[in-house]
Amino acid sequence: MSKERIQISEALYDIMPSDYQDLVKSATYGKEDRGWKDIGTSKELIEQHSLCAGCPESMAFRYILASLPNPEDTVMVGSTGCTSLVFPMVAVHNIHSLFGNQNAIASGLKRALSVRFPDRVKDVVVLAGDGATVDIGLDMTLQAWFRQEKFTTICFDNELYANTGGQESGLMQKGFVAKMAPVGKLFDKVRLPEIARESGCHYVVNCTVSKPSLVEKVIRNAVHIAREIGPTYLQLYTPCILEIGKNSMEGLQEMRDSEKPTERFAYKEYVSEPAKQLLTELAAKDKERKAAAKQLAGQASA
Amino acid sequence: MAEIKSVIGTQNKKGQTYTDTWKMMNEAPRTPSFYTGSEVIKEAIRRASCDVMIAYPITPQSEAAALIGELFAEGYIGDYFRGESEFAVMSQCAGAAFGGARVFTTTAGPGTMRAMENFPMWAGARLPIQMIVTCRGINSPLSIQPDTLEIAYLLNTGMLVWHAETAQDFFDWILKGYIVSEEPDVHLPLALCCDGFFVTHTKDVVNLTPADMCLPPYDPYRSPVPCMDMECPPVRMMRDPFVMKSNYISYATHASWQQEIWAAIERSRKHSIHWLNGLIDTENTDADIMIVASGTAVSQGREAIRLLEDEGVRCGLVKVKTLRPWPEEEIREATKNAKHIFVPEFNVTGWLAREIKATIPNHERVHAGPHVCGGMTMPPEIIVSEIKTALGMKSFSLAGRGS
Repeated sequence: MSKERIQISEALYDIMPSDYQDLVKSATYGKEDRGWKDIGTSKELIEQHSLCAGCPESMAFRYILASLPNPEDTVMVGSTGCTSLVFPMVAVHNIHSLFGNQNAIASGLKRALSVRFPDRVKDVVVLAGDGATVDIGLDMTLQAWFRQEKFTTICFDNELYANTGGQESGLMQKGFVAKMAPVGKLFDKVRLPEIARESGCHYVVNCTVSKPSLVEKVIRNAVHIAREIGPTYLQLYTPCILEIGKNSMEGLQEMRDSEKPTERFAYKEYVSEPAKQLLTELAAKDKERKAAAKQLAGQASA
Repeated sequence: MAEIKSVIGTQNKKGQTYTDTWKMMNEAPRTPSFYTGSEVIKEAIRRASCDVMIAYPITPQSEAAALIGELFAEGYIGDYFRGESEFAVMSQCAGAAFGGARVFTTTAGPGTMRAMENFPMWAGARLPIQMIVTCRGINSPLSIQPDTLEIAYLLNTGMLVWHAETAQDFFDWILKGYIVSEEPDVHLPLALCCDGFFVTHTKDVVNLTPADMCLPPYDPYRSPVPCMDMECPPVRMMRDPFVMKSNYISYATHASWQQEIWAAIERSRKHSIHWLNGLIDTENTDADIMIVASGTAVSQGREAIRLLEDEGVRCGLVKVKTLRPWPEEEIREATKNAKHIFVPEFNVTGWLAREIKATIPNHERVHAGPHVCGGMTMPPEIIVSEIKTALGMKSFSLAGRGS
């Protein structure tokens, strides 16, 4: 999409909703170095949402949307759950169809976009909860990776079924007492990051969303690698403060506590060899671009 | 305003000419060819300007699905792959259609049932995917034989449902089906059904349109809902998502959208009449006795009529071509003179007879049968026997029927 596509006819400008006017005026579509630092100074690609106050998922959503390298040509795929309450307020095209089929939808979508726009970049990013990714949709999650489908899969891991009221999920910790796990969960948290690596993902990260700069980095890497090489997987801890008995302001601390080196969300990363090479190339290009910009700025001030 | 150019008369990368569909289907020369039903599906798709086909093996559609892979290898289709299950395949089809592609797939029996959650989603999302259903048994113990019970489950999904009798129907309807289901005022998926094996695995003479002519490509920007390709403004869809809201606005939105899907099926009526030359075909509608059928039961009914004629019994025929939209008025009109209406079917429940009973006045005229199922064939003699028995005529006993 070129930015001209979202322009408003002058005659109709004043009757368009203010959030749309803001999108036209100050969203960051097409901005090459867009990132989390744009939050607060430009229009975000997410409007008001109906998540609980203080929900870490809402922070994750904002960081991710600020960090997508190419939102003007990105289509997102969601699934049923708390994320599906947010997607209607997101200013990139997004698809909700059924519960758990997100990686199948994304497979068809990415292929259709490749057939229709062979000479253009169209990124596809899946964003779904842990129930959708690991339980009901595991088959389609893995099969998309086996087939080397070129899109990014993001799992918001809150370690339970949040939207239906806190039932046991495959990514829940062993021993946690929850609905449908009345005597505590009897088996270990599914090790999807490791499975992702073995299933052919070229970039796998397991972390929390406590640091926006880190989220920005892994999102950019994941989207670029998926675009050029093959599937990528991010598992982001977005605790459900409601269901683990925390208050609105305690989400951030919960994430910080869980990312300590001995904890289950300590930063873990896997990068395949071709992906490493791509990241090196991208970093070199980035450096070149920054140097050129600096030189240009120097000339201008001279 | 962008310049609007017609692609009609231009060529695709395979050298086929995008042709006005009416001319291609009704005026272009036809070549008689001796093909299996599966090969006919391939030949139709060769001419259908398909962007994406997604395949999965299940008898009896596996051959057709694999043959379309050959078309992909030859360069006639944009992309093609084998999915991991019918549920996944139908979701992959949805993803491709959301992305603006013309999509084709095939399934059968248990595959149809496994994929079922997708079909109301396809309709609700207004995705004009075409799915061939080569019907087979869905019961346990395992059966791979012809049986049309699965069609009953498709009737309330919001999809268009057509039931082909012959391979010729198949060839023509695959191509015409895209045109009808992609109309902006329809824009719904089409389940194009046939009786597995009887149509897919038998050879027949089919008149094919020229191989160097193909349908105009699908234009996703004629869709009544936005194509998910970020080529149009990504406006926020709603202030509050309707899914979680327990309020009148939410219910009213869902209710009106469901009504809109069924209104779109109704609006497909005029296009289907135009392209299929009516929703039903009829013979001898002045007869006292009528056979009303769909699929290969029509062919068997036609044979039964010939046998009855030899015995001096005059009998008429209604071939039901579209089940959704349902040809209510047409069937009423065609059966208004009938004293007895027989509905032969290849399934145990008799869903077609139920639909007809719910449609016509004096429905005690409807004899729901004969039924065969589980892969049994339907010799015309059992239709004759059913009719003669109902009329109180002497009917010789059929082998194995114990009477």
